[in-house]
Amino acid sequence: MSRVFVAGVGAVSPAGWNVAALRQALDQGQPLPTEPVVRPGWEKPLQVRPVPSPATRPEFLAHPRLRRTSPITHYAAAAALEAVAGLRAKHDGNCRLGLVVCLQSGCVNYSCRFFDEMLKDPATASPLLFPETVFAAPASHLATLLEAVSLSYTLVGDPACFLQGASLGAQWLEENRVDACLIVGAEEANWIIADALWHFERRAVLASGGGALCLCGDPEMSAGVELMAITDPHTYSARNSRLRAAQAMRGQLGQSSPGDLLCDGLGDSPRANAPELSAWRDWTGPRVSPKRILGEGLMASAAWQCVAACDAVANGRFAAANVSLVGSNQQAIGARFVRADSSISHFSSDGS
Amino acid sequence: MLFPLSPPPAAPPRVVVTGTGIVTALGIGWKPNAEGFRAGRLAFRPVSHFDVSRQRVKVAAEVDLPDALPPTGLSRRQVARLDRAGAMLLQAACGAWQQAQWQSADNVPLVLGTTAGGMSLGEAYFRQATRTPRRHRRQTTRAIHYQAQIQGRMVLDALGFDGPITIISNACASGTSAIGHAWDLIRRGQAKRVLAGGYDALSELVFSGFDALQALSPTVCRPFDARRDGLAMGEGAAAVALETLEGARRRGAAILGEIIGYGTTIDRHHLTQPHPEGDAALGAMRLACEAASVTPADIDYVNAHGTGTVLNDSAEALAIRRWAGGRAATLPVSSTKASIGHLLGGSGAVEAVVCLMALREQWLPAQGVFESPDPACNFPIVHQPQDARVNVALSNSFGFGGVNATLILRRWI
Repeated sequence: MSRVFVAGVGAVSPAGWNVAALRQALDQGQPLPTEPVVRPGWEKPLQVRPVPSPATRPEFLAHPRLRRTSPITHYAAAAALEAVAGLRAKHDGNCRLGLVVCLQSGCVNYSCRFFDEMLKDPATASPLLFPETVFAAPASHLATLLEAVSLSYTLVGDPACFLQGASLGAQWLEENRVDACLIVGAEEANWIIADALWHFERRAVLASGGGALCLCGDPEMSAGVELMAITDPHTYSARNSRLRAAQAMRGQLGQSSPGDLLCDGLGDSPRANAPELSAWRDWTGPRVSPKRILGEGLMASAAWQCVAACDAVANGRFAAANVSLVGSNQQAIGARFVRADSSISHFSSDGS
Repeated sequence: MLFPLSPPPAAPPRVVVTGTGIVTALGIGWKPNAEGFRAGRLAFRPVSHFDVSRQRVKVAAEVDLPDALPPTGLSRRQVARLDRAGAMLLQAACGAWQQAQWQSADNVPLVLGTTAGGMSLGEAYFRQATRTPRRHRRQTTRAIHYQAQIQGRMVLDALGFDGPITIISNACASGTSAIGHAWDLIRRGQAKRVLAGGYDALSELVFSGFDALQALSPTVCRPFDARRDGLAMGEGAAAVALETLEGARRRGAAILGEIIGYGTTIDRHHLTQPHPEGDAALGAMRLACEAASVTPADIDYVNAHGTGTVLNDSAEALAIRRWAGGRAATLPVSSTKASIGHLLGGSGAVEAVVCLMALREQWLPAQGVFESPDPACNFPIVHQPQDARVNVALSNSFGFGGVNATLILRRWI
């Protein structure tokens, strides 16, 4: 069995446009400020945590394919480019890249805009918008932007799907179909998703952004982190509750050393948190809960958890980190990342 | 564990199909569909599920769903929450499960392809949220059941099995990608059995989107015809029960066919247009042939992606010519989208089942409309019902965004 390493990570979040900003927000541990989003027919807006405008316009937005893309593609692209930056420097472009983009709500901004236009008058609904409503659109743009992509899938599911994506990437590496594989999770916030979330969890704050892991099989390409385990997907069903699935996931990850980190998926909803809290009730070590600081980013949250875990290990703050993804309505999956051989270079302190 | 991966078997097991379920505008189940595809019957009619009075195009291939679903483990309340897409998926999954005579079990992966999931529920959510925003009735249910993974969970609950659910959304290649991924899982020893398929229902947003792009034919869908002017929309679902040959033989299952190859590539040319030379399509066909250890000379029938748009068909025709070489001149090709329209995430799965029908019953699926051959297509288009020796069939699916996927299926004797 081959080993799988993390070659790089990338993140766009309400904290900013790179991993360093994510790290800083998590270190500070304070929930980030929210902004109002108006929903039709309501005087009181809902609160969301959007991605702030970048200090300077990202260069990649000059690419012709990204001209009309929606924010979800921008977040996915920025996170992906950050994650592959080290790889590109080492490989000079001669690298077969796999791409797995994971989404839960997907391209909702353009979907709402197009549907709204269509309801007003189908004859004038913009043909430019419709292609950007497709789940596969961000992957398509990324493949063009990154050029070296030879294999691409878009997976849809609840946030635990991000680790299904990581296992698919590991599989492609194992079969030598790719030299490295980017796993990207991204979401964009708009009023309708905030409204839908409000129906479930009045206290949850929707967030937008993206995160990316670049996996590789070559230890020389590694940034100092090794993927050690991804549990089975414990699917919720009539016979398998969310609590039972979370406990099974926890059981498969096994015992950790006292100093290991836990990156969990706890947010602001006691009801949603209950199964995960129960599964990890014996955990006494350090833990970080990105959703409590950044908000409910759906698939992006799952990516932030994995990025935060890898970043903490890469920077030597922890020897190992567990990720707990107890998804909202599909499955619970966990993962464990450890420090790779010390001879291997690590992520730089600015996250690049 | 998903990782570390278990060591692959010394030799990849052969993967056979022991059950199929199919739902199209031609009917539900094998028989009406086999008769319809063999004859090249057309199944289009005026759209009745939403208002198309202000659209350019007003027809599609709509499915007539029965009033009641087959008896399953779902409660009446669960059944009431299914939208059309979920109901079609469930029909197809039940058909495949029952034909395979599988029993309730743990750890049977479900791999599905879809582009829209429960889109009609999303549309209903949007309408209510914008027109009567203070009214919350059914909004929570819509928000849940809109998601494709919930439709997958309904299949698990209906048929009484547990296992991981993987939803692949590679646009119009989704159904083929799902079956190909399922084939991969069994070949790598990660599963003994997989239920796989694809589905999509007609939705107002998607219909309007293709209409806005002027990709829909205002006349009639005529793939590879010199006068082709666009695609036709359809809806439907198909599922296949895949298992190892060894497992199927051990339990004495009837084998319907074998999947022997899968290839997938990415076309980076444009979000909605294929590379004009068909490079990625060519790559997918070559990869699938390599996996299947066959050459174009071994292929007896190609079920083309064949949407009927000018750009898709010219690129695919060129790709087939480049891939098949001298064999192209005698290689039967047809697009069954002429009969049932483009089912998007469902098309690849339905077309795989059509290939199984052709392999099992030894006929070529006729393309119901074909009038003026495009000189760019120097291969014979099957446009009349005909019996034929079909041992190996190839099915192409190419998606918006550029994922190209090809399956190769073999007759089981």
